[in-house]
Amino acid sequence: MKYLYLVWCGLKRKKLRTLLTLFSIVVAFFLFGLLGAIRQALAGGVSMAGADRLVARHKVSIIQMLPISYEPRIAALPGVTAVVAQTWFGGVYQDPKNFFPSIPVEPAEFLAMFPDFVLPAAQRQAWLATRTGAIVGRTTAERFGWKLGDRIPLRSPIWRHEDGSDAWEFDLVGIYDGAKKGTDTSQFFFRYDYFDEGRAPDRRGEVSWFTLRVNNPALADQLAATVDREFANSPYETKTEPEGAFAQGFAQQVGDVGAIMTGILSAVFFTILLVVGNTIAQGVRERTAELGVLKALGVSNGRVLGLVLGESCLLAALGGGAGLGGAWLVTLGGSPVPSLLPIFYLPTADLLAGLALIAALGLLTGLLPALQAGRLGVAEALRHHT
Amino acid sequence: MSTPNGPLIEIQDVEKIYRRGAEEIHVLSGLNLTVARGEFLALMGPSGSGKSTLLNLLGGLDRPDRGTVTVEGKRIDQLSDRQLAAWRARHVGLVFQFYNLLPAMTAERNVELPLLLTDLSRRERRQHVATALAIVGLAHRTRHYPGQLSGGEQQRVGIARAIVTDPTLLLCDEPTGDLDRKSGDEILGLLQALNREQGKTILMVTHDPHASARASRTVHLDKGQLSADPPA
Ligand SMILES: Nc1ncnc2c1ncn2[C@@H]1O[C@H](COP(=O)(O)OP(=O)(O)OP(=O)(O)O)[C@@H](O)[C@H]1O
Ligand SMILES: [Mg+2]
Repeated sequence: MKYLYLVWCGLKRKKLRTLLTLFSIVVAFFLFGLLGAIRQALAGGVSMAGADRLVARHKVSIIQMLPISYEPRIAALPGVTAVVAQTWFGGVYQDPKNFFPSIPVEPAEFLAMFPDFVLPAAQRQAWLATRTGAIVGRTTAERFGWKLGDRIPLRSPIWRHEDGSDAWEFDLVGIYDGAKKGTDTSQFFFRYDYFDEGRAPDRRGEVSWFTLRVNNPALADQLAATVDREFANSPYETKTEPEGAFAQGFAQQVGDVGAIMTGILSAVFFTILLVVGNTIAQGVRERTAELGVLKALGVSNGRVLGLVLGESCLLAALGGGAGLGGAWLVTLGGSPVPSLLPIFYLPTADLLAGLALIAALGLLTGLLPALQAGRLGVAEALRHHT
Repeated sequence: MSTPNGPLIEIQDVEKIYRRGAEEIHVLSGLNLTVARGEFLALMGPSGSGKSTLLNLLGGLDRPDRGTVTVEGKRIDQLSDRQLAAWRARHVGLVFQFYNLLPAMTAERNVELPLLLTDLSRRERRQHVATALAIVGLAHRTRHYPGQLSGGEQQRVGIARAIVTDPTLLLCDEPTGDLDRKSGDEILGLLQALNREQGKTILMVTHDPHASARASRTVHLDKGQLSADPPA
């Protein structure tokens, strides 16, 4: 502890340089934290995926529809314990920029399939009893200030009524929360029976994809192949894959942003390494005589080495701590763009990686100057001054 | 091995050679010196004669190429870097021509530095620092930074730092070399008092005959050898 003051004095010797270096570290780690949150947001669906869930969609693309009649056929396959149909509704609330996923589902089966969505029992009952009922995640409810009992009008660019109107109305009967921190609570779910009766007769019975639960995740790949074989050579061939891969396909439509961000961060940290390394090395060079005095007073070579290493580590810890802390505070406030990135927080893994980076930065930048300071001969160093 | 009554310092047949590329500079060659406990010795000689080099050997800042350096019966020329550092911390107080205070620290923090290497508690360290600063007459300047002190005051802080651990030996390399006559006199008076009243053994390098007059004995270094009397 008593040496911390010495380390501190080494840093405050050139205040402006130390502050500028500190600032660049803060910025780098702030960026690191934010990008971590963004990457998590993009990959959110992937990490949310259940290992025992598969998704079956049209072989050609997710835009092509499948018949609802597939549902009992899939359910009948050995190894499948549950099936839920979902359809991309593409609902718009008031203005196209107010986007959030809206999906018609079969309430009881759907809630059983996705325990990630936590809905109070009373609201669940209300949904089962209300044909026009809909539930929405906390994020979107708070975004628009919706309350239970509200009547929510949505327009769908995909699904029209028989009279050609695209206006749909729902009664909000439930607001769900995520079981885990990473759960997407931006989606809007409503009842399939209400949806099916409301849409034009020639398009009834069409759905976008099926989610199925398997009794043995280890055999998921085999079962996926079985599903696809079942519908081979039909007008609607399927492609079945684990839910994670399905979600990943979604994420990759935005480009491989993760890789790009890793690239940017690598460049940023390489620069920071040079900046901090230079600051420490220059500090040691300028203080050769002072380090000589410390040694003359009896401070051992090893301890002088430790002092210099302490400087770089303290600098990294202060700057990195402030940067990561700042990013954490910002992400606590929720997503700045909820329509684009509904799940937005700094994952613990990234926080730990950040701490490891801080340690690496401190040690790497201090190592060479510290070794140099440690090796410095006392008489030589003192001669620098006199 | 010396008894407590024997000489404090004994240098025998010491040689120091600096190498600059192929060139060898024999700074000290076969030098002998004995200093008794309680002496105030002035070391004079032309610039480049090796006065600082000799002081460095005595203070354990450097090692001779040949010969022995014995302080309080202990051969310090054979110690490792680490052992030397520990030995310096316990036995030597150093005073420099340019004070060599750490500019980012207040006077009292500078004086406290050598005590950080001891087991003393923070409170005990503060007490020792206050005492040392009082001895050099700077009790009222403890919170000042070196840049806020005059040359003479900075050197007093330097002396306080040198005596705060109560070392066996005080080594001063031109302690008044950067000061005006008046401040220099005050510093010399202080060293003299430390020698007489606290019984400190002092070795002082100086160019100034006025300064060496304060010492109890003067030796001259020239061409690698010591002589007791000033050259004619
Ligand atoms: N590390 C070194 N490498 C090479 N030569 C050195 C080294 N240190 C000292 N010298 C040389 O040794 C000689 C003695 O140096 P020293 O500093 O001991 O002299 P000095 O008597 O203290 O001189 P001054 O009165 O100017 O302080 C000088 O010629 C100096 O150039
Ligand atoms: Mg000298």
